[in-house]
Amino acid sequence: MAILKVDGVTKSFQGSKIIEHVSLELREGELVSLLGVSGGGKTTLFNIIAGLSQPEEGKVFLDGLDITGKPGQISYMLQKDLLLPYRTVEDNVALPLLIRGIKKSEARRQASQYFEKFGLEGTQKKYPSQLSGGMKQRAALLRTYLFSARVALLDEPFSALDMLTKSAIHDWYLQVMESIRLSTLFVTHDIDEAILLSDRVCLLTGRPGQITKEIQIRTPRPRKKDFALSEQFLEYKRQILHDLENSPGNR
Amino acid sequence: MTKKSPNITNKLYSCSAVFAVLLIWQFITGAGIVDAFLLPSPLGVAKAFFTEFPALMGHSLTTLSEAFIGLGLGVFLGFFMALIMDRFEILYQAFYPLVILTQTVPTVAIAPLLVLWFGYEMAPKIILIVITTFFPITIGLLTGFRSADPDAISLLRAMGAGQGQIFFYIKLPGALGQFFSGLRISASYAVVGAVISEWLGGFGGLGVYMTRVKKAFSFDKMFAVIFLVSAISLLLMNGVELLQKFCMPWNRRE
Repeated sequence: MAILKVDGVTKSFQGSKIIEHVSLELREGELVSLLGVSGGGKTTLFNIIAGLSQPEEGKVFLDGLDITGKPGQISYMLQKDLLLPYRTVEDNVALPLLIRGIKKSEARRQASQYFEKFGLEGTQKKYPSQLSGGMKQRAALLRTYLFSARVALLDEPFSALDMLTKSAIHDWYLQVMESIRLSTLFVTHDIDEAILLSDRVCLLTGRPGQITKEIQIRTPRPRKKDFALSEQFLEYKRQILHDLENSPGNR
Repeated sequence: MTKKSPNITNKLYSCSAVFAVLLIWQFITGAGIVDAFLLPSPLGVAKAFFTEFPALMGHSLTTLSEAFIGLGLGVFLGFFMALIMDRFEILYQAFYPLVILTQTVPTVAIAPLLVLWFGYEMAPKIILIVITTFFPITIGLLTGFRSADPDAISLLRAMGAGQGQIFFYIKLPGALGQFFSGLRISASYAVVGAVISEWLGGFGGLGVYMTRVKKAFSFDKMFAVIFLVSAISLLLMNGVELLQKFCMPWNRRE
């Protein structure tokens, strides 16, 4: 059964439709990418899933329960790490636990268990300004995970990183995901990233944005990085590029 | 270590500049170019400071207690104003022009009124200090609160945080830097405000002392008290800076 179900969601902004009848499902442990141009309604969709804004039509279900317009169920992570500069890394990642009302010492203890798994050991007492861009994103992902180990929304989480850091963080990400099996909806405009990381790639195109195509990436996980150099990978990329060109928004 | 040295040289420059001014001043008065009665020499001022030391300390105590009580109330009022003006947009619209208006009224002009209304005791002095000190605090905090990153607020909302938690985790710590900038200004205003209000009447304090020595034409004592007031302001401002370093440890470790 699907953990997260988005059912026919429509949302307008200042009279024009941004997304229209968007439906998608996320199954347990699955990683689905939403691929589309910037400003194509991906963020709007995320805000609706996170419960921050109410859609005009459609509903969002988490474990079969209607959570439309109810924040506090699903967390997300953005391109900006949004780590609070005045809190240490450990107190930053423990923030969702504190918000839930867990005591500080207990929240820190719970958070500390994951530092090694996320490759963050030794950073607990540091401030975010002392971390590199890649490490900050790791911390932001851990914070997202501590909020909810069920579903995470990642909105272009690695797009601000330079090429080399990005490639390293992809390795790290695939490895972490293998051990925590977090069901993830991943927004990106980077086709390579989408193919490398996801089980399915959904194309969100057009104006208003609609899901026009869904491509299964059948290569089993865990994937190695040289997957990105394989013939099979190129085949997926060719197909996605072709689909993007022929999507309604491009005509 | 390499980072520290420019700071030390800067201090060296400014210290030698001050020293040079004092030296020229001493020369001008010592050589009799300006009458010592009109402009006492720096050494004369220092002498007056030491002979008058007990009296100056007593008056400082009065001035400082007024300044601290006034500043404390001013900070409290400033904080409260910023809080409600940030929370309720209507109050922001309503009070913002009013808050600005309080600062366009010259302190010296309302001080006599306050004395007429509240007498020669502490009350008018403290009220004047509150009026002058709450403003930098309100504006600083308000700017800080309103410049909170909307994305960070959305993230916390998505995590189920309420208004109180958003304030406590994002707005308040994010505004601390601006709060301390405001507090630094307010601290120096507090001392100056206390002195000005004492000019207009009172039983003790550096301002009262100032008017007395002025009437006696004791310019050396006059200068001594002027320097003392600046020294107190400087000390308070440095105190605020220390407090800021203590309250904002994340700024120290870049």
